[in-house]
Amino acid sequence: MLLRDIAHSRTGDKGNISNVSVIAYEMANWPLIEASVTPERLRAHLAWLEIGEIERFVLPRLGALNFVLHGALKGGVTRSLALDAHGKCLSSAILDMEIAGPA
Amino acid sequence: MKSLRIGTGAGFSGDRIEPAVDLAARGELDYLVFECLAERTIALAQQARRADPDAGYDPLLERRMRAVLPARGANGPRIVSNMGAANPLAAARKTLDIARELGIRGLKIAAVTGDDVLAAVEGSELELLETGGTVRGLGRPLLSANAYIGAGPIVAALEAGADIVLTGRAADPALYLAPLVHAFGWAMDDWPLLGRGTLVGHLMECGGQITGGYFADPGFKDVAGLARLGFPIAEVEADGTAVITKLAGTGGAVTEATCKEQLLYEVHDPAAYLQPDVIADFSGVEIAAEGPDRVRVSGGSGRARTGTLKVSLGYVDSHVGEGQISYAGPGAEARGRLALEILRERIAESPVPYLETRGELIGVDAILGGSTSAAREAREVRVRFAARASTAEEARLVADEVESLYLNGPAAGGGVTRQVREIVGILSTLIPEAEVSPALTLMES
Repeated sequence: MLLRDIAHSRTGDKGNISNVSVIAYEMANWPLIEASVTPERLRAHLAWLEIGEIERFVLPRLGALNFVLHGALKGGVTRSLALDAHGKCLSSAILDMEIAGPA
Repeated sequence: MKSLRIGTGAGFSGDRIEPAVDLAARGELDYLVFECLAERTIALAQQARRADPDAGYDPLLERRMRAVLPARGANGPRIVSNMGAANPLAAARKTLDIARELGIRGLKIAAVTGDDVLAAVEGSELELLETGGTVRGLGRPLLSANAYIGAGPIVAALEAGADIVLTGRAADPALYLAPLVHAFGWAMDDWPLLGRGTLVGHLMECGGQITGGYFADPGFKDVAGLARLGFPIAEVEADGTAVITKLAGTGGAVTEATCKEQLLYEVHDPAAYLQPDVIADFSGVEIAAEGPDRVRVSGGSGRARTGTLKVSLGYVDSHVGEGQISYAGPGAEARGRLALEILRERIAESPVPYLETRGELIGVDAILGGSTSAAREAREVRVRFAARASTAEEARLVADEVESLYLNGPAAGGGVTRQVREIVGILSTLIPEAEVSPALTLMES
């Protein structure tokens, strides 16, 4: 299944740093999300962004992960030549990740 | 004491005005807050002010005030906003003129100034947070340097009886924290309470983003009535816990999911959300629906502030020229790629030393970087080519090269658009809070 089937997401931006949340719809799927969506998988999934450091914060009460992607915005919102300079589309791109588990 | 009702009137400078009018008229609010200042906006506003000493405040201030002041009536909500941008005094005077024109008497308007620290920062040895090095070492003239001020000066304005408070650069959540501090008499060193008030501000500051805007994903996250999206209301208790809701009859939805998405929006470490008044801690927050479009938020906390203020620095970085052209039908993608090849070759042979270029096919690889291969070739593509140059004239040449594809490129290109924009770069630094002296000016209609 896709991450999109069990989680939702929102992207925010600050300078050249993007943050992306991954939030479980149902707490039953939270352990699977916590185990599957690692910084390594995220880096591979978003390879074209050439992200620097990736931090992952865990919010078990909310069933949510918060990823901080350093250097992900091609010089930052105000400078970037990218069409989506804010990286606002990233949240949807992440939900396209394949998750192994009970479908 | 009863709970305080705070509504959001705007979540960004260009936000819709109708939901704010609705809230002002029938929200039974104590406060209506308009957050209208992005990082880059204040640098542009500073440029406007240099050209005209009476300019430099939010371009929609006049339209907003003309719509909202009559709607709020005589005893309507007090208004707090950073629509003062680079010129809070001129914004206050403009609001005064509008109030008088509308026949509103006795309206007290306060301007909060002092966030402009350009004189103190320019040429200094202060360190740049993003790039290292110093402000002096940047080697470019600054357009603006504005410190993110906290709730204190806004609280002072409310204590002086202001019905409308207009600030320049203030921390967004502080616009919401200030009414709470004023109404509940919170001490400015009661860190858990300041953290909870900051949480309320953080959830509310983007307006429709917590009531179902920036959220809908048909089939997965459906939201009804988005065309009539209502802006949020926070009902805040004296202990800082809150219910997020919206007006009956408006579109959108307030759910646990909308609140969770907004809680983490633009947050890095949830346990350390740095603000001028407090280091807010969202790591223990609990979010629980308690009725239709009613979600309770509790568990926020905080600890002692850092004592330094973030300063946002604006400078002219470069100019970017961009052109777009479409190709459609059989072979659209191949013709789009050929167009990009031609552009790259022409730009490489140009005498202009371009600093950076980017070419892509919108609909194919502009956003996902060609990471996913489409099952079928695209039926329509839009070529986008952009380049960074030192001057506007040089940037313009890139956009012109895209237009030239009409007669000098692949078959059947159409719909060229061209754009040249000045790039205002934003960097930041920190200064001790003691070096910033906010001031208050009060006027009455």
